[in-house]
Amino acid sequence: MTELQPRYTQMRASWLLSAVTVLLGAIVVGVMSGSVWFAPHHVLLTLLDALPGVHLETGLAPIDQAIITQLRLPRVMLAALVGAALALGGASYQGVFRNPLVDPYLLGSAAGAGLGATLAISYAPASTVIGVPIVPLAAFVGALFGVALAYLLGSWASGGPGVSSTAINSGIATLMLAGVAVAAFLTALQAFVQQQNTEKLQQIYGWIVGQLGTATWTNVATVAPYLALSTVAVLLHGRLLDVLALGDDEAASLGIPVTRVRVAVLVAASLATGAAVAVSGLIGFIGLVVPHVVRRLTCTSYRVVLPLSLLAGAALLVLADVIARSALSGSELPVGLVTAFIGAPFFAVLLRLNRRSLV
Amino acid sequence: MRKHLLRALAVAAGASMLLTACANTPSSTNAKTAGGGIVRAENGDVKIPALPKRVVSLSPTATEMLFSIDAGKQVVATDDQSTYPKSAPRTKLSGLSPSADAIAQYRPDLVVVDADRNGVVSALNKLHVPVLVEPAATNLDESYDQIADLGTATGHSKQGGQLASKLKQQLAAAVGNVKEKLGKRSYYHEVDNTYYSLTSKTFLGSIYSMFGLSNIADAAAVGNNDYPQLNSEYIVKANPDLIFLADGQCCGQSAITVAKRPGWDRMRAVSKQHVVELDADTASRWGPRVVEFAQTVAAALEKF
Repeated sequence: MTELQPRYTQMRASWLLSAVTVLLGAIVVGVMSGSVWFAPHHVLLTLLDALPGVHLETGLAPIDQAIITQLRLPRVMLAALVGAALALGGASYQGVFRNPLVDPYLLGSAAGAGLGATLAISYAPASTVIGVPIVPLAAFVGALFGVALAYLLGSWASGGPGVSSTAINSGIATLMLAGVAVAAFLTALQAFVQQQNTEKLQQIYGWIVGQLGTATWTNVATVAPYLALSTVAVLLHGRLLDVLALGDDEAASLGIPVTRVRVAVLVAASLATGAAVAVSGLIGFIGLVVPHVVRRLTCTSYRVVLPLSLLAGAALLVLADVIARSALSGSELPVGLVTAFIGAPFFAVLLRLNRRSLV
Repeated sequence: MRKHLLRALAVAAGASMLLTACANTPSSTNAKTAGGGIVRAENGDVKIPALPKRVVSLSPTATEMLFSIDAGKQVVATDDQSTYPKSAPRTKLSGLSPSADAIAQYRPDLVVVDADRNGVVSALNKLHVPVLVEPAATNLDESYDQIADLGTATGHSKQGGQLASKLKQQLAAAVGNVKEKLGKRSYYHEVDNTYYSLTSKTFLGSIYSMFGLSNIADAAAVGNNDYPQLNSEYIVKANPDLIFLADGQCCGQSAITVAKRPGWDRMRAVSKQHVVELDADTASRWGPRVVEFAQTVAAALEKF
C-alpha cells in the first residue's frame, strides 16, 4: 500500500483546470446526446431561454425544449452529483481504511440501501412520507443504518472507540470485517424479503442495477445539500488523511486525534454515499476506480485526490449515462451495468500497471 | 462490488424469467377424451391418466381459464396471485417461487404452472403428478390453445371450444369498425414507473394491434426484448396519441401523476386527456378477461 503514501502535496492549477474542463465537456456532451440529438447552439439557446427574464428564439419545438430543460439537464446534473458523491466517498473510505480496494459501499451502505428499497418496493411502493416518495427515503435510511450498524459492531468487537493508537490498527481491520458481516447479513435479509415478493422482482432488480432514467430537478435538489455538506467536511480533512497515511502511531505522535478524524470522514462520506444511492440505486465501480485514476495521473496526496476525484467521478458518470441512454436508441441500459462494464476491465489493467508498487 | 453484481445478475435471471414470459412454441391438443389423455403443453406431451379431480393452478391466467370452462369445481388450490374469480380457492402457494413440497400437500392429480421454476415440473413428476406448463401467450391463438389444453385435461373440451368462439365474437364486437374510423394512432403502454414498456410482439401488443394502433416501443426494442425499458426523452419525443398505464396498483401512477411528470405535460396524450388507467390484472394475463381489456381500449378510442 506504499502507493497511497503522499509524494506530492500541492494541488497544481493545471490539474484542477483539466478536471474542470473534462467535467464541463462531459456535461456539454451529456446535454447534447441521447435518443434525440441536439446541436450545441440549440442547447445553448434553450438554456439561455430558460433563464428568468430571457426570451430567445431557440429554433426548437416546445417539446424539444422540454426534453432539454425538464428531462435531460436534470438527468445530467443528477449523474454529475451522484458520480461526484460516489468518487468522493470512495476516496475518503480508501483514506480512512488505508486500503486501495475499498469502495464507499464497504460498510454496509449498499446492502442497507438495498434492504430499505426492497422493503419499500415490496410493501408500500406508491406511498410517500411528508411528500417524499418512500423508496429513496427507505434506501437513504437503510444506507445510514447499514453503516451505523457496521460501525457499532466494529467498535464493540474491537473494544470500543477511542482506545490507544496500537489498538486502532486492529480496529480498522475489525471495522472492515464488521462491514463485510453487516453487508452479508443485510443482503440475506434483502434476499429473503425479495423471495417473499417475487412479483416485485423486476422493480427490485431495476433499483439494484442503478438508474438515472427518472431523474427530476427535485432529485437534484435532494442530493445537492448532502453532497455540499460532505464535500466541505471531507476536504477539510484532506491534510489529516495525508498524515494518517503515514501510520496511526506517527499521526498520534503529531497530535492528530486519529479516531475523531476517522469518524468525521466516515460520517461525511457515508452521508454523501447514502444520498447518492437513494436517488440512483447501486452504481458500482465509480467509487473504487476514480480515486485510483486520479492518483495515477496526479499524485497521492488526499489534498489533491479528494477534490479531483469529485470532479472526475462526476464526469465519468455523466459519460457512462450518455452510453446508458444512447446505446440502444430509445431504450435504456442500466447505468450500473455500464460503469461495471467499463470499470472492471479498466481496474484489471490498473492493477497490472500498479503491480510493482503494490509488491 | 462483485458481490453486488452477482446478486444483480441473480435477480436479473429471475426478472428475465418474469419478463420474457417463455418461448413462443404453440401448444396443441392431441386427444379429446372425457378428461385426461395426452395434452401437448410447453413441456411436451403430458400424460394425464384419469379425469383430474384435484387440480392445483399456480398461474392466475390458468385459474381464470379453468373457472371459465366450468372446471372450477375440480380446482382444490390456486396460487397467492390468483385473484379472479373470487371463488377460486386462493392459498399461500407461490407460482413465482413454487415449492413442490407445499404443492404436494394438496394431493393434486394435475398441476398447472406458467413456467417451470425451481425445477417444480421434475419434482412433481417424481411424485407422479402430471404438470402442464402453459406459458404467457404472445397472441390470441396461443391463448385459445391453452384453453383447449385445459379443456382436454379436465374433461371440458366442449366448454373450452365454446369459450374460445365466444371470446372471438366479443373481441370482434369490441374492435368493431374502430380501426377504419380512427386511422393510425400511436400509443405507449407503461408497465412500471421506470418506463418499462411492451412491444407489439406481446399478447397485449397483439390486442392493441387489432385496433390498428401503432406502438412507440417497437422502434426502441433491441433484439428479442419485448419488454424494453424506454427512456423518458424518447417517450416525450415520440409524442403518442394515447398512454395506457398498467402501473396504478404497483406504483401509484395515474393520469394525474403522469401529467405532473416534468416535460410530459407537453405530450398530446396528456393535454388531450387520452391517458388510460388499466386494471393491472387484466393487463398482465392472457385469459378470458382479455375481452374486458379490449373493451377498455375501445372505450378510450371512442373519446377521439
